[in-house]
Amino acid sequence: MMYGFTWDTATPLTYAWSILPIILIGLTVTLKAAAAGFAIALVLGLVFAMLRRSRWRSVSWTTACVVEFLRDTPLLVQLFFLYYVLPEYGLTLPAFLTGALALGLQYSAYTSEVYRGGIEAVPRGQWEAATALNMTRMQTYRDIVVPQIAPRILPAMGNYMVAMIKETPVLSVITVLDMMALANMIGERTFEYLVPLTMVGLIFLILTLICSAGLHRLQKVLPKAGIPLR
Amino acid sequence: MPWVSYLPALAQGALVTAWITLAAIAIGAVLAFVAGIARVEGGRAVSTLALCYTELFRGTSLLVQLFWFYYALPLVGISFEPVATGILVLALHVGAYGSEIVRGALASVSVQQVEAARALNFGRWHTLVHITLPQAIIEMLPAFGNLAIETLKLSSLVSLISIADLTFRAQSIRNLTLDSAGVYSLTLLGYFAMSLVLMLVMRLIERWARRGAAFPRAAHS
Repeated sequence: MMYGFTWDTATPLTYAWSILPIILIGLTVTLKAAAAGFAIALVLGLVFAMLRRSRWRSVSWTTACVVEFLRDTPLLVQLFFLYYVLPEYGLTLPAFLTGALALGLQYSAYTSEVYRGGIEAVPRGQWEAATALNMTRMQTYRDIVVPQIAPRILPAMGNYMVAMIKETPVLSVITVLDMMALANMIGERTFEYLVPLTMVGLIFLILTLICSAGLHRLQKVLPKAGIPLR
Repeated sequence: MPWVSYLPALAQGALVTAWITLAAIAIGAVLAFVAGIARVEGGRAVSTLALCYTELFRGTSLLVQLFWFYYALPLVGISFEPVATGILVLALHVGAYGSEIVRGALASVSVQQVEAARALNFGRWHTLVHITLPQAIIEMLPAFGNLAIETLKLSSLVSLISIADLTFRAQSIRNLTLDSAGVYSLTLLGYFAMSLVLMLVMRLIERWARRGAAFPRAAHS
């Protein structure tokens, strides 16, 4: 029994049906973790991309190194690092937040590259025009750059979001009770892993298929030239 | 300096990580070519089969696949050694992602080349081996380089099915010494170094392929 639901292992089908509510509770945790992680990745990635374009060599170079390091090391080890090392420095976060932070950090390295590609695609003349109009750097980003690059980078961002959803099961190793963790717990108690693990796999498959179809639609709807200015 | 004492064990783990990663990349590359070519050249049945394989392994999470092969399959009587399971699952993962790279690169070879080959009475297989693949492989290499690094990173997940790779060793040392900061910093640096080496090797292969491909064509003309 878990979350008030009992399982019925008579046949694989009744078993699957009886544990579905438990797995779906895990699904909400999985989706929440992915949403939180992706929000962090979107913000942090933009910060990295802007720092990378800084006028000071030392800043842009350091940022490049940090991004490269985040991108070339495994999520699992970063997760362990945050989970075990942060509390030593007095910062004890709940497992869920630690997991979201790790996902966000890893993917911010990817999103920063997407932002950078988008920003670099804005013609030089527009930056010069913005300078000529006495706009600050912040205003240039807000009114010139972002409205133009947003529709262009959305598909790439969407792909990373799907990839992130598929990486959330890793959070189960730091005791986040996502689909994977619950399926394993059910398996441990019933000695029957095949059904719960297959269900988790199928749910991921359905989830990614829906997301890919949604992204495909989104690409068709988006304005190619950019969002109109105010 | 306590962290010096961690190095031998971590180095042993790094060797296991390197072995699993390279084996998975090698087997996965073969799978990627088979599935990718099947998608482009195969008949309806073959290409659908390849598509199903690709979607299945791209759509379900790697950790789920790993646990499925490790915990669930033995229940129906199929079981492998943990290391074999790890390599197999990673290879299937590489094959699925790689097949998309192969398919994209094959599709990017210009149609005129294929038409010219047909005009010269090349068979389909002949065209593939001598015309499209040599050009497509060069286009694939950067993407395969990224995939190789991705594989190295994902190989850390095999520590969760009790394979003594770098991450597993780090976990054991941490549980003994409770020196999380030292152990995990070293581990992260270890993975970073391995990624850089992998990146360098891929770049060398790419340079070699671009040069190697340019010469035969010049020799023919």
